[in-house]
Amino acid sequence: MEEAINPECNGDTIIRFREVTKVYPLPGGDVVALDKVSLDIREGDFIAIMGPSGSGKSTLLNLMGCLDTPTAGTLCIRGRNILGMSDEDLTVLRRDYLGFIFQQFNLLPLLTALENVQYPLILKTGSRECMERCREVLKAMDLDESLFLHKPSEMSGGQQQRVAIARALVNDPEILLADEPTGNLDSKTGAAIMHLLDDLNRDRGKTIIMVTHDPSIAEYAHRVIRIVDGKIS
Amino acid sequence: MHSLMFFELARRNVRLHWLRSLLAILGIIIGVVTIVSMGILGNSLVLAISDSLSTVGDSVIVTPHVGGMGFGGGSQSSNLLSDRDVEQIRRAAAPHVAIPVYSGSSRMKIGSEDTVGTIYGLKPDDIPVLLEVEQGSYLRGASGAMVGATFAEENDIKVGSRISLGERGSVRVVGILKERGMGFDINPDFGIVVDDQWFSQAFGQDEYNQVIVKVNDLNEIEEVKDSIDRTMNRKETVVDVIDTRAILETILTTFGQISTFTTVIGGISLIVAGVSILNIMLMSVTERIKEIGVIRSIGTQRKEVLRMFLYEALILGLIGSFIGGALSIIGGYAVSMVMLQTTEYLFVPSSLVYIVYGVGFGLGTSLISGLYPAWKAANLNPIEALRHE
Repeated sequence: MEEAINPECNGDTIIRFREVTKVYPLPGGDVVALDKVSLDIREGDFIAIMGPSGSGKSTLLNLMGCLDTPTAGTLCIRGRNILGMSDEDLTVLRRDYLGFIFQQFNLLPLLTALENVQYPLILKTGSRECMERCREVLKAMDLDESLFLHKPSEMSGGQQQRVAIARALVNDPEILLADEPTGNLDSKTGAAIMHLLDDLNRDRGKTIIMVTHDPSIAEYAHRVIRIVDGKIS
Repeated sequence: MHSLMFFELARRNVRLHWLRSLLAILGIIIGVVTIVSMGILGNSLVLAISDSLSTVGDSVIVTPHVGGMGFGGGSQSSNLLSDRDVEQIRRAAAPHVAIPVYSGSSRMKIGSEDTVGTIYGLKPDDIPVLLEVEQGSYLRGASGAMVGATFAEENDIKVGSRISLGERGSVRVVGILKERGMGFDINPDFGIVVDDQWFSQAFGQDEYNQVIVKVNDLNEIEEVKDSIDRTMNRKETVVDVIDTRAILETILTTFGQISTFTTVIGGISLIVAGVSILNIMLMSVTERIKEIGVIRSIGTQRKEVLRMFLYEALILGLIGSFIGGALSIIGGYAVSMVMLQTTEYLFVPSSLVYIVYGVGFGLGTSLISGLYPAWKAANLNPIEALRHE
């Protein structure tokens, strides 16, 4: 996995975009979702990405999340250019170094809270002997222990999002990617979740990149990147 | 350990959709039971046929040629074999034993009962080569007779009974023959066997109906047949030469084909079951597109997604095939009882092996049916899958 660091990727940035273009070929003509975007994100940053819908912010997040690769340009994640990496390598990168938090929580409905947290850990280590770690991570998310064996359908949105954050954290990733993490929560629960993310950034040095359209949520970030028509403004 | 987790996920999904899983399993069960029952039936049929045939295919049978010969047809006065013919056959077949046989049928009177039966005339020395005695002894005197098992049973004939053949005379029963089964040469079960000289006098016949050559070594059967054919049919076709092994093989091959055919029909029901698995697996994939997007995004490899869905098909296949395999014994019992009125061919390895085949085909069908849906799931684009509602 660890190979020679790309010279273009060095420096103290954990994510680096250099002239990154993403084009989606569609029958009605190509759509340029990102147009030569350059961007540096340092370790420990807390960044909010804002912009109208269709502006390219999801594309930006998908690229950072290694779910997609650029059409052109250089995109370095942890010092490695992801352009040309195999699907298998990208998947390992997502599993080991990236944590995903979704607007709709996206817990696996067949698994209990605890098993949802276990899932990525088993994927990574192949071991089921990880109950202690999973419990700790869940506890750190202020989730009541009585809910550990509940299925997602038996939990509130706030509780589900806490489990989802625990799942994102269990492999101790350096980067957390959050897509509208409070979008499906009431403002009070949303604020509690943002406090959790803030703590993770402040106390544990996690790099957080968050897409939001809510300015009050964006205030938690150190830096706001605005994107319009595929360009950073 | 990965595998255990994916297996667990697959198991829970099967349980969550228990009704449709059950229906798919039912399809597999029916398919396996059908294929196995048909296989067992076919095999039992072949076994039953070969058991009812007396010969193990170790004889060459020579009969006078029947059929158009053109004008003035040959020297043979009738459809019989003369002493000279027999001698030629004997020489051609040497060192194997050639047995000339007289045969005919006659009205017979046993006690006060009148019946018609087949009657064979054989040299007393040749009888032990062809037939086994059950009760009493082999022929010694000229006016003795041996009686076939079925004929004896039907007419209540015992050793010592007297059978009258009208003006041809009468014979005393010295032995009852062991049941021989259907043969290509002679069928003494439904008749009696008498001394050849007695037959010749009684029926006024001094030429033979057939010659049976017993071949000691099965590998030589072809050679013996050819040798007789060359000797006897040099100028024109005088005799027909058949070897029982070839007939036996033809019969068994034919029944084997029938058996294969019925099994294939059973296989069609398994294909239907496979389609139903394909169907519910495709449903399962479609319903879980978003879930697939989630697990792919948090680091699940394509091949792991593939495995998870294959496990699902495997679980359905395993349950269906093994229940089907168990029920097949009942199914095989039922068809054997109904079609053959016996289950003696059920618990033999060549029948039971169909259970193994059936279970194997059931599992195979399930896995093959799961392959496309699993492949489809594994190759979903994670971003599009995540966006799916």
